[in-house]
Amino acid sequence: MTDEDPLKGYRGKARARLIDLGLRVWDDLELKTSRGAFVGILLPRSEQADDQHLVLKLRNGYNVGVLVDVVESAVVHDHKEAHYKIPEGTFPMDPAKPNVTLLGTGGTIASRLDYRTGAVIPAFTPGELYGAVPDLADVCNLTTKKLFGIFSENMGREQWLTLAREAAAAIEGGADGIVVGHGTDTMHHTAAVMTFMLQDLPVPVVIVGSQRSSDRPSSDAALNLIHACTSAGLGPVAEVLVCMFGPTSDVFGLLHSGTRVRKMHSSYRSTFRTIGETPVAMVSRDGVKPIRQKFRARDRSRKVKLVDTWDDRVSIVYYYPNMKGDVIDSLVERGYKGVVIAGTGLGHVNRPLYEPLRRAVAAGLHVYMTVQTLWGFAQMYVYDTGRDLLEIGVVPLSNMLPEVAYMKLGWALGQSQEREEVKRIMLTPIADEITEREPPNGYVVLQGGIPEVDEFLARGYR
Amino acid sequence: MDTSNPFAMSMEDFRKLGFKSGLEVHQQLATRQKLFCRCPVGYQHREHDAELLRHMRPTLSELGEYDGTALMEFKTKKQIHYQLFQDSVCTYEMDDTPPFPINQEALDVGLRVAQLFDCNLVDELHVTRKQYLDGSIPTGFQRTAIVGIDGALPLAAHPARVLQIGLEEDACREVRDEGHHVVFRTDRLSTPLVEVVTDASLQDPREVVEAAELIRRVLRSSERVRRGAGATRADVNVSVAGGTRVELKGVPRIAWFERLVRVEACRQRLLLDIRDQLKQRGVSQQRFQAVIRDVTELASKLRLATLRKAMKRGDVVLGVHLPGFGGLLDKPVQPGIPFAQEFAGRVRVIACLDEMPNLVHTDDAACWQDRERELKKLREAFGASHVDAVVLVWGPAEDAHTAADEVRLRALDAIQGVPSETRQVFADGTNDFERILPGPDRMYPDTDSPPVRIEAERVARLWAERPPRPWERLARYRELGLSSVLADDVLLQGPPSLFDRLLERTGARPVDLAVALAQRLVSLTRKGKRQGRPSEAALEALFRRLAEGRLAREALPELLASMDGEASVDALVARLAPTPAPGGEVSEVVERVATRELADCKATDAEARLRFAMGKAMEQLRGRTPGQALRAALAARLG
Ligand SMILES: [Zn+2]
Repeated sequence: MTDEDPLKGYRGKARARLIDLGLRVWDDLELKTSRGAFVGILLPRSEQADDQHLVLKLRNGYNVGVLVDVVESAVVHDHKEAHYKIPEGTFPMDPAKPNVTLLGTGGTIASRLDYRTGAVIPAFTPGELYGAVPDLADVCNLTTKKLFGIFSENMGREQWLTLAREAAAAIEGGADGIVVGHGTDTMHHTAAVMTFMLQDLPVPVVIVGSQRSSDRPSSDAALNLIHACTSAGLGPVAEVLVCMFGPTSDVFGLLHSGTRVRKMHSSYRSTFRTIGETPVAMVSRDGVKPIRQKFRARDRSRKVKLVDTWDDRVSIVYYYPNMKGDVIDSLVERGYKGVVIAGTGLGHVNRPLYEPLRRAVAAGLHVYMTVQTLWGFAQMYVYDTGRDLLEIGVVPLSNMLPEVAYMKLGWALGQSQEREEVKRIMLTPIADEITEREPPNGYVVLQGGIPEVDEFLARGYR
Repeated sequence: MDTSNPFAMSMEDFRKLGFKSGLEVHQQLATRQKLFCRCPVGYQHREHDAELLRHMRPTLSELGEYDGTALMEFKTKKQIHYQLFQDSVCTYEMDDTPPFPINQEALDVGLRVAQLFDCNLVDELHVTRKQYLDGSIPTGFQRTAIVGIDGALPLAAHPARVLQIGLEEDACREVRDEGHHVVFRTDRLSTPLVEVVTDASLQDPREVVEAAELIRRVLRSSERVRRGAGATRADVNVSVAGGTRVELKGVPRIAWFERLVRVEACRQRLLLDIRDQLKQRGVSQQRFQAVIRDVTELASKLRLATLRKAMKRGDVVLGVHLPGFGGLLDKPVQPGIPFAQEFAGRVRVIACLDEMPNLVHTDDAACWQDRERELKKLREAFGASHVDAVVLVWGPAEDAHTAADEVRLRALDAIQGVPSETRQVFADGTNDFERILPGPDRMYPDTDSPPVRIEAERVARLWAERPPRPWERLARYRELGLSSVLADDVLLQGPPSLFDRLLERTGARPVDLAVALAQRLVSLTRKGKRQGRPSEAALEALFRRLAEGRLAREALPELLASMDGEASVDALVARLAPTPAPGGEVSEVVERVATRELADCKATDAEARLRFAMGKAMEQLRGRTPGQALRAALAARLG
């Protein structure tokens, strides 16, 4: 703590003035300014903020910014450094309860606030989690392991490989279920690749996060975590699942197949939706209630098959009208091995891309087609464009979601670079990434404003 | 002094009690949109469109323990229902979208209010989260920011301080709170508010009222505040020497203030008396042991009327033995309200047992009349003597246990004196428990909102445009010849700047303008005879005519009632108040009255004859010529 910058976050003019005044962050002080006096604690400043102000936490708990230009003098009364320690309880062990291993990748599942500084301190060890969400102990025995502490957008090849290996090891070590704490932005990418890397699962692997940070009373974090532990420890579905809110109300969670799930809203609690299918199950405090009849059932005797490989020379190209061929050319030039195109409609791109694609395929690029509509199938036999692309060597991926296809292509290329073998891997579903049929309720985007829909929304909880 | 009759006490008595009070006044702003989203501001009076169900979970406090309020609200395990409205609530209010940049119009009003109180303005606004676990805000916290600190409130006797001016979002309106369910309407949620917080230097109930009145006038001077039911709500903090700060929550009317603080000050003193008695009986917090026992079976034999329904439902009945509390539970702590209500209030809120009565105790004489033997049995079950009390609570097992424990905790508080609470208020001046007063440790920065720089130019512009302070305005209006009542009406109802502008532009008589704007139009609207004020242009046209003598004052009431737009003034004047009689016609009438009609007058003295002539002339010219001028003309003609 002491080797930390005593003027954390302050730069330029503000920093110079603070040095002048002999002040450090966490000083409890009285500032005399040409506008009057301000009494409080000098807080660190956000790195992105300007160099014109200093931030005080007043006695009443509020923060205010004071222009350094108006500061005349300062009297320091005390110095109160923040202490970032979370008190731990002991997570109770009950032999009658299932053993769940929680693997942390980042994203706060639980946290506590230091009101004086406003810092949010993540809680992660079982003891800390027990302090924050004591009801977890009603569900399972908990073991935790923090793998990384990163935002989900920073997840990448190394993290996926580590996560898969750690999950496999924990399962072999006897866990009755795995919960993965994960930021929500790329949760569906991780869910997809875990489905490919962790095959023949004997127990559930449940990925969970929160849309509202755990430092707020209305957070979905605690309930999501309870739902995830319930699904992992007691649920019957031994698949890679994403467990997040069903509706935005605190009613139940949904368990989505790791290869059919997608984040569909930038901030809503019920942002995750299964695309082109129904979710696997519903989960509440009362337990897991399957929605689909077919799923891989929990079976401790099965042995997990770890396929831990991923070639990161893959890309995803979101097609737009008027796209130029050099986009494709540059991928080949930069040494990419595979590309997933999110095409329009049934899987289309414009004519100027034909020649670049032909050159790319000839140069060894593996080119796959998905649809940017998300719902529906790539069906390239219907129009001339599609037939032309097939002739060029672009492989349609049926109803595989673009992000899932991207994750799978990296995984397939990690196993083989041989065109036909890669194609075989890509087109052979491991889980639900390609389904044979889209049930009528697999595509439901209710349109608000239609009287029947509004009536429906008024009846239940949103 | 007799603290059991708060309404008979003098201001001096309250000062002797060590009365101290401070105000937190919340005022809705008249902005078009809400504070952190772009939804329109306004109330909905129809059925809601959809509903949301949430729970609030306390977050860990610094010591890893939940703070008092948080713990209490979690104990109540409320299901919180939010009623949503398609056109006035968006995903922001639902806590499903982060905040949008703060409403700049509202920020201007906040800064203006801070300037009116002579506060030190902040240079950079930092939005802070203030935790509320009662469910009144779906996020579980209120977004709030300080715009200024350390202002002045010049009361008559001494200057009080304004500690801070905050800009914050309003909470939901509670529809009902029954058992484990609380229902909120979200329409009001996120309406911009300013909060004016004074220091605790108000020394008697009258001064509390004075401070509230003054704050209201300063807020109204900003002319950007909403009016009507619920637009201004105050929390009143009260303590007496030896007592604790208690917050009387959401007082909707200034008229309630005096009786509320009178009762609360006395309640604290009476609780302190009870504490002293407990001390005399040797009851101490360290040694106090309140035994809780399941007495469901015994209770079924008691056949108490209050318990009959509970027994039928199969409730669990628990008894709490309170050693040393005998004879105290029936002591009044508020007019007509016994000490036992302090326990009942806690049980109602915290155990969600809101069907009253929710407890029975051994001090309740009416309850045990002719049941001495049963009372004895109950006492025996706990080994309770006459210096002890036993409280019975009932409900579903879990709630009953929460209730019994709450009785025990409230008894512990009583040994200390006055618990620090937020209390709900009633029109008769009494109050009841609402929740434990939250500690200061519930503020933390809103990481969703960037700091907002408040540029010097903006502050300077607002300063240049600032309206006069109310006291400055009142002094000027008095100079214009308005009575103090009328001057105050212009200030509160005016709006004053409209009055000032019309006065300057039309040259109308100040009194005419003031009566029209601040009294007549207000009363017409109140009686439902008008929808709001006519346009400024229409009013200007009207008063210009009046000032130029082209309209008789007598026609004003009718015109104010029926005019709408500017165009209608001419048409209306033509219909209701025909063009003032030309000078020629007036002279003709004067001449005719003097020569003919006056002949019928029997009176001989000049004054009476003039009155008679005036009457006759007015019959022909009413509404078409100023009365004073006519009178003068008649007087001149009659000599
Ligand atoms: Zn909104």
